[in-house]
Amino acid sequence: MSYPENLLYTKDHEWIKVDGERGTIGITDFAQSELGDIVYVELPKEGDTFAVHETFGSVESVKTVSEMFMPVSGTILEVNQALTENPELVNTDPYGAGWMIVVKIENPSELDSLMSASEYEDLINEGKER
Amino acid sequence: MEKIKKVSRHITQNEPLLFERSRPGAVGYKLPPLDVPAIEPQEVIGSKLLRNDDLEGLPELSEPDVVRHFIRLSTWNYATDLGMFPLGSCTMKYNPKINEWAARLEGFTESHPMAPESAVQGSLEIIYLAQELLKEITGMAAVTVQPAAGAHGEMTGIMMIRAHLEKQGNARKKVLIPDSAHGTNPASAVICGYAVETIPSDKRGLTDLAELEKRMDDTVAGLMLTNPNTLGLFEENIEQICKLVHERGGLVYMDGANMNALCGITRPGDMGVDVLHMNLHKTMSTPHGGGGPGAGPVAVSATLEPYLPVPLVVKQGEQFRFDYDRPDSIGRVKAFYGNFLVLVRAVCYILSLGPDGLKLNTEAAVLNANYLAHHLRNTYEIPYDGKIMHEVVFSDKNQLKYGVRNGDIAKRLIDYGFHPPTMSFPLIVPGALMVEPTESESRQELDLFIDAMKSIAREAEENPDLVKNAPYSTRIGRLDEVSAARNPILRWHPSQE
Amino acid sequence: MRYVPNSAEERAKMLEEIGVTSIEELFSSIPEHLRLKKLLDLPPARSEAELIIFFKEVAAKNANLVSFLGAGVYNHFRPIIIDTIISRSEFYTTYTPYQPEIAQGTLQAIFEYQTMICQLTGMEVANASMYDGSTALAEALLMAVRITKRRKVLLPQALHPDYRQVVETYMKRGGIVYEYVPFSISGITNADAIAADTSTAAVVIQSPNFFGIIEDISAVAEKAHAAGSLLIAVVTEAISLALLKSPGECGADIVVGEGQSFGVPVGFGGPHVGFFASKTKFQRQMPGRLIGQAYDATGKRGFVITLATREQHIRREKASSNICTNQGLCMLMSTVYLATMGRRGLREVALQNVAKATYAARSIAELQGYKLMFDAPFFNEFVVKTPIPADQIVERLASEGILAGVALGRFYGGLENALLVCVTEQNTRQQIDDLIAGLRHFAEEQ
Repeated sequence: MSYPENLLYTKDHEWIKVDGERGTIGITDFAQSELGDIVYVELPKEGDTFAVHETFGSVESVKTVSEMFMPVSGTILEVNQALTENPELVNTDPYGAGWMIVVKIENPSELDSLMSASEYEDLINEGKER
Repeated sequence: MEKIKKVSRHITQNEPLLFERSRPGAVGYKLPPLDVPAIEPQEVIGSKLLRNDDLEGLPELSEPDVVRHFIRLSTWNYATDLGMFPLGSCTMKYNPKINEWAARLEGFTESHPMAPESAVQGSLEIIYLAQELLKEITGMAAVTVQPAAGAHGEMTGIMMIRAHLEKQGNARKKVLIPDSAHGTNPASAVICGYAVETIPSDKRGLTDLAELEKRMDDTVAGLMLTNPNTLGLFEENIEQICKLVHERGGLVYMDGANMNALCGITRPGDMGVDVLHMNLHKTMSTPHGGGGPGAGPVAVSATLEPYLPVPLVVKQGEQFRFDYDRPDSIGRVKAFYGNFLVLVRAVCYILSLGPDGLKLNTEAAVLNANYLAHHLRNTYEIPYDGKIMHEVVFSDKNQLKYGVRNGDIAKRLIDYGFHPPTMSFPLIVPGALMVEPTESESRQELDLFIDAMKSIAREAEENPDLVKNAPYSTRIGRLDEVSAARNPILRWHPSQE
Repeated sequence: MRYVPNSAEERAKMLEEIGVTSIEELFSSIPEHLRLKKLLDLPPARSEAELIIFFKEVAAKNANLVSFLGAGVYNHFRPIIIDTIISRSEFYTTYTPYQPEIAQGTLQAIFEYQTMICQLTGMEVANASMYDGSTALAEALLMAVRITKRRKVLLPQALHPDYRQVVETYMKRGGIVYEYVPFSISGITNADAIAADTSTAAVVIQSPNFFGIIEDISAVAEKAHAAGSLLIAVVTEAISLALLKSPGECGADIVVGEGQSFGVPVGFGGPHVGFFASKTKFQRQMPGRLIGQAYDATGKRGFVITLATREQHIRREKASSNICTNQGLCMLMSTVYLATMGRRGLREVALQNVAKATYAARSIAELQGYKLMFDAPFFNEFVVKTPIPADQIVERLASEGILAGVALGRFYGGLENALLVCVTEQNTRQQIDDLIAGLRHFAEEQ
């Protein structure tokens, strides 16, 4: 299980990479391994606007659906079109080619409540012990 | 493999798709010669409205081709007439053959729903009988037989609750549903315009009264409750639950999917329930047909009677007629009058059992489930081990330490000659294996099932890979469902040949 | 009890073995005062011999008459092998194919059914079937609302009246607005009156419509698409698909209908089987079960339930529908019917229907006092203007052994003197001539 240091994490198992006002968002390695083989990814349209914690899409395996929530409020700048044809990229490269969306971050202070890599790793390990 | 006592391998025939079997010019039908002047459709209809593909792609087959095709396919299915089919909450009981005979009587199969009432008195009598028999069995005030299936009945019931609350001035916003409920419950509530709020189960697996107390406010239209619930446990506090919901202006919907545990023993009408559906294809032995047709009659209290779908069948003197004059009715939920030929079967079943037979069935079903639980309790975990009724929910907890999951146990059961139990449901039990034997299983068959389950548990311990790669005895192995979902192929195309 | 294998002695032994003293103890979680103290008030158990007598008697109370009734339920020939095949226990006593390794028979048959529904409707994807045509239409409208995120639908007045009522029930509780589009003096839905706008999720067209008339689906589709609405085509007489331009070719986005004509008994209105077809781009919004092709590790082809994440058992309150089952055995009847009649037979049945209905319509139109209500092409049903209220004709001829048709006054104000007559391949020329002779009386009585 990998937890890249340069990302911020949510308890819903999403990550965000902040680059100025651009935030790239995906699901974590842990999330993809729990879901198993991803067969479909439903994503919003460019230009859509979402509030923090709002559902922006969903990932599906054969027998489960998992919704994805906005780590921050923002407007969708880019959507990863490659996932339409190749949803398995989420499994093989969750922090790279398996990214979901890029948003324009409206309110950077919302980032403060997100977890660092080590905090997220602790959360996962606690869950395992339970 | 000598430990497998119930089955041995036998040959099954391969069979392509109809379209792959098709040969130009083959025919499997003959119509009487046309006894009126032939018509060129271009003349009376006009070529703009006619198709011009000559139905290319549809199969061309002789009668023996068609028969062999489907009989070969049939041999690839497992069925209750072959052996135990312990799907929890599905009540896969024996389907008596007299029911099938009755439903095929020409007087019934050829009666037309648009015929004058005088010409269909026999069909109306069956519907009336079904309404009356189910009223007595459920202890409710009135019954509609229109809904086509359980989920359709749920929707009908919640619509009536909504109509009643609307008439009182406030439809309210949401419906409460326990976390152990079947997925159709929340989906049905949403169709009726309600939001869904989940109520957690308590540690015994029953509805948490304190949670209900907390959430049951004036935004709540009602509670949907399966009883016995999907853990096979009777909601002991059902009367307090109904009282609480009623005091706060809500109504109680009972999902009657598990009525096979109650018939002849107790009646929802006596518990304070306002509306429930029954699945005739479960409790009343009508066949599941590989997924339908079912029937989901809905029974209601006097409060909800005005809202029943139209029409009902009423008796006047010796005549039966439709009653459409019901101003508060929610309307129709299905064209015509319900799955009539399924009702014929259910009425036949109830008449063949009588009151004592119905009660005995319930007792035998509950005894069978308890017998299984007793013999398997030390092998498989029962996470909510209460007063088990008609079904018992095991989990794969004891086997998980060897890397064997419920799905693997299910597939291995196939090699032993059984249909697997209901899997991964209810959702509150991780790795659930939900077993409902029904009254139709003999002790011998139950013992074979117990042997098989124990044997699989041993295999999980000694040779987990054997279980994880099962089944071995079927025509095909585990299918690649991931690829099927990523690139769905949902129909045959000529280019596939 | 003949359906319970364990004898009283065996049951007693089982109770003892599990350490329970009485059967009542197994029910002790039910509060004592709720447990029935006496048997239910039901008729006493009957033997099989008694049941046979009883059901024969009840069935015989239905009159056995020559029928010209259609109106959504059609009397077509059912090849004997349909009942032979669906009587196989492996088909009718099995469950939803959740375990594909031991349900390939059901699964392959559904895949074949889906394919043939696509071929006949001209669509790309069809599901494993719905309860019936009316609920399939209601589900199609809910799907259109989901896709377009609009909340108004347009329905034709010439839609089957039961379908209208069912749709109204569903739409009302879902808070969806519906409006009706009138039909013209020729009985055709008036395309100019279709006021689809940016709030319209879907426009519905039934063809042949309730009066048997073949609608110009393409013209209605254009109107719908111009407003960004979906076009839903409804077919209640599925045999017409064998002859008429497919709704898909006419531009329909969703095609639903009643498959009863494909080998399912009239059966007093059910169980029948709804079909539901659409385009690939909408497949994730479809209700109901879908079967897809898949392979095992050795490369053997099989079939599985797929795209199940749309369904209620996974998505619960966010599912595309609450439907749980399909209409398995009726779907199988249709599959066997379509395979048996095949490419040639379907067309021949359709042609016979048109020929016989045309013969009947022309002959009735020649009777004094009668004429065809509408001047438009029809398939196997047509509306006759009658000299006296049609319900009186229906009652009188029923007593003479003929069900002459459906009197329309019940469904449409102003159409009291209108009779909907259906003629299929099952009606002989003699029967048609008898109907005409019967109708002639009423004109003469005037």
